[in-house]
Amino acid sequence: MTEARRAPESPTMEMTSNKEILRRIEYTGDMLLNMGPQHPSTHGVINFLVQTDGEVMKRAIPEVGYLHRSIEKIGEKCTYNGFMPYTDRVDYIAAMFANQGWAMVVERLIGAEVPKRAEYCRVIACELNRISSHLISVGTMAMDVGAVTPFPYALREREFINDLLEELCGARLTYNYLRIGGVAFDLPEGYGEKVITFLDHFEKILVEFGRLITYNEIFVQRLAGLAPIPREMAIDYCLVGPNLRASGVNFDVRKDEPYSIYPELQFDVPVGHGQMGALGDAWDRFWIRTEEMKQSCRILRQCIAQIPKGEVMGKVPRKIKPPEGVEAYSRIESARGDMQYYAVSGGTENAYRVKVRTGSFTAMGIIDALSRGLMIADLVALIASLDVVAPEIDR
Amino acid sequence: MQGWIDSLIRGWGQDPASWPWTQMIYLAFMGAAAFVVINFAAITAGIFSWAERRVAARMQSRVGPNRVGPFGFLQWVADAVKLLTKEDLVPAEADQFLFRIAPYFMMVGFCCVFVTLPFSHSLIVADMNIGIFFILAVTALIVVGIIMSGWSSNSKWSLFGAIRSAAQIISYEIPAGMALMIPVLLAGTLSTQGIIRAQGGWPWQWFVFDNPAAFVAFFIYFISALAEGNRTPFDLPEAESELVSGYNTEYSGMRFSYFFLVEWGNMWVMSALAATMFLGGWQIPGVSAAQLDAMTGGKAVVFELLSLGIFVFKTLFWVFVVMWLRWTLPRIRVDQMMNMCWKYLVPASFAGVIFVAGWMLLVHALPKVGTATHWILFLGAGVVPATLFVARVARNLRDTGDRFDFTSNW
Repeated sequence: MTEARRAPESPTMEMTSNKEILRRIEYTGDMLLNMGPQHPSTHGVINFLVQTDGEVMKRAIPEVGYLHRSIEKIGEKCTYNGFMPYTDRVDYIAAMFANQGWAMVVERLIGAEVPKRAEYCRVIACELNRISSHLISVGTMAMDVGAVTPFPYALREREFINDLLEELCGARLTYNYLRIGGVAFDLPEGYGEKVITFLDHFEKILVEFGRLITYNEIFVQRLAGLAPIPREMAIDYCLVGPNLRASGVNFDVRKDEPYSIYPELQFDVPVGHGQMGALGDAWDRFWIRTEEMKQSCRILRQCIAQIPKGEVMGKVPRKIKPPEGVEAYSRIESARGDMQYYAVSGGTENAYRVKVRTGSFTAMGIIDALSRGLMIADLVALIASLDVVAPEIDR
Repeated sequence: MQGWIDSLIRGWGQDPASWPWTQMIYLAFMGAAAFVVINFAAITAGIFSWAERRVAARMQSRVGPNRVGPFGFLQWVADAVKLLTKEDLVPAEADQFLFRIAPYFMMVGFCCVFVTLPFSHSLIVADMNIGIFFILAVTALIVVGIIMSGWSSNSKWSLFGAIRSAAQIISYEIPAGMALMIPVLLAGTLSTQGIIRAQGGWPWQWFVFDNPAAFVAFFIYFISALAEGNRTPFDLPEAESELVSGYNTEYSGMRFSYFFLVEWGNMWVMSALAATMFLGGWQIPGVSAAQLDAMTGGKAVVFELLSLGIFVFKTLFWVFVVMWLRWTLPRIRVDQMMNMCWKYLVPASFAGVIFVAGWMLLVHALPKVGTATHWILFLGAGVVPATLFVARVARNLRDTGDRFDFTSNW
């Protein structure tokens, strides 16, 4: 690039490009460490520009966008039903929630009713998926702190859930299970007993997992007091989901803006209270996920007990064509927090505008602020504790 | 070994002091011993690489290598062949000479340890009177190799790994050395065979249960040895989740295999040293070293093999413990690693040395106190915790089980 073509530098500009940051870091004489996009523990293709002069970092700047697939634009080019498989790819670790968000927003656009049994199927699928997503999260977090064994332990349990979800919808990762107005398949014969069998086993494993890693002295020493996010800071940086609740904010979309059948279910919202170190530290964020898995088990048991008989697909027109200019908005509690879909109808079979708002993207914003003065090993734990998933950041 | 060769030469009717070929015979036997030692080290490291993967797989509900040979035992041969035939890549920006030579420093530092490391009652390459000192000295070569590899790779991750490693190994050599001084004090010799001879065959005669400071020193030594061997929870120099692969990031092929040869071979070294210094080495329970010396003929061979078996069993047990720790514990952070060394292990090991010096005076005056302490420590710090641990593991196994097969008929 020649000098003349470079964009003019304005000293008053608050936001600086990453290239400019690079130039400044080199000027200070510190080492610039490119952590990513190919690095074992960035959880996908994310790059972190780490300014450091040793083990202690001065700053880490996340650089996102490597995994951008224009999912929102694709949503404007497909039919409403046709976009459902694409939503799986918004967050492939917890694809069921992205399905549900999209199904709910379109149902609100056209005012469709969802049968009760379909809602129960959705919640069963989603809560199973929440457990599997949290298992990945806690497993990779333990691995990033150096303990390798919890990861296969977590993945072993996740395989059982994958088996269950495969039986439900035929896919193990990108489910495409939900439909606008219901779900694709009813629960198979004897599904409830299988889920209960799994839960009986899994609740014991959670205790074992606590013994193995959650209360491990080295693990607690590594994470307690690491990168604490105070209550106000968590709200200011727009953290959502487990990251927000770890900071002591009792906010869960399932409770505070209830949707689906969650008002009928009994469950608690675990909130971090800094029992090992500071409030909202990395250990709290780890612990909150293990607690949420227990709550998901509770929800699943109730769903299996209460599920009514009936249809699983509501009455939805074959061609979904909402009137022009209708807007709808849905908000669900995904495994990574508050997931929001916004759609505007264009009067055709396609949406005029689709917007997805995800938890991982907002979590990336806080890394720069938290990373000052941390060590490189802590940065890895911090990224893992925020449970960011690269496709959900970039979409 | 020199004495044995001398007696061999005398058997040929020559006087070793004046025979002109004596030096050549020494050289030939040294060469043969070096050949055996390097091969022993390489093969042990290879077998450990297989064993570690099997152990890890069992702990993680996986299968592990099971294709090459029975239980995948020949996997390490296949890996060695693969690594030897791979391209030996040197990065264009690397310091070519240092990059190529660094693994050899590690190999030399590692193989030299076997010179004074005993295997059984009379199986040792050279029972030097500075044995422990020699081991501590030559292991320091490993850190030279690590720093060279990290610096010459011209990669930031390698450099981080090398700097961490230098800080770690040099720091932990102090508590390790001081902890090893306690058996040296108790035995009154630096020779490894001499230290084993000063202990007995039964557990309450081992140095680890000799006095409270020796008991603590054993754990100080074990922790420091883990740190010197870059094993979890001290695997910071090669922390793959932080530093990609640490100091060996840029290496490939044979040179890469050297690094891992040293790492796995070091498990034998640290465990054998623990067995030698604290756990009675090759001492057979009920048979004193003097009785072993006096044996001749077939009986001597049988008891020699028995002592070898006992030593190998003790060593392999600690090798297993090292693997067990690696697949259980998380990694500690750099500052915690340094804190632990300089704030706890170094003062504790110094205090231990002083305590043992005083303790020896006390026991010299009152021998009954020494015997009583052996038994109290053996029962209180050995048997009781071991029983509690086994009971706890049994309870955990009963709670959750360790094999899950409820999905097989789904």
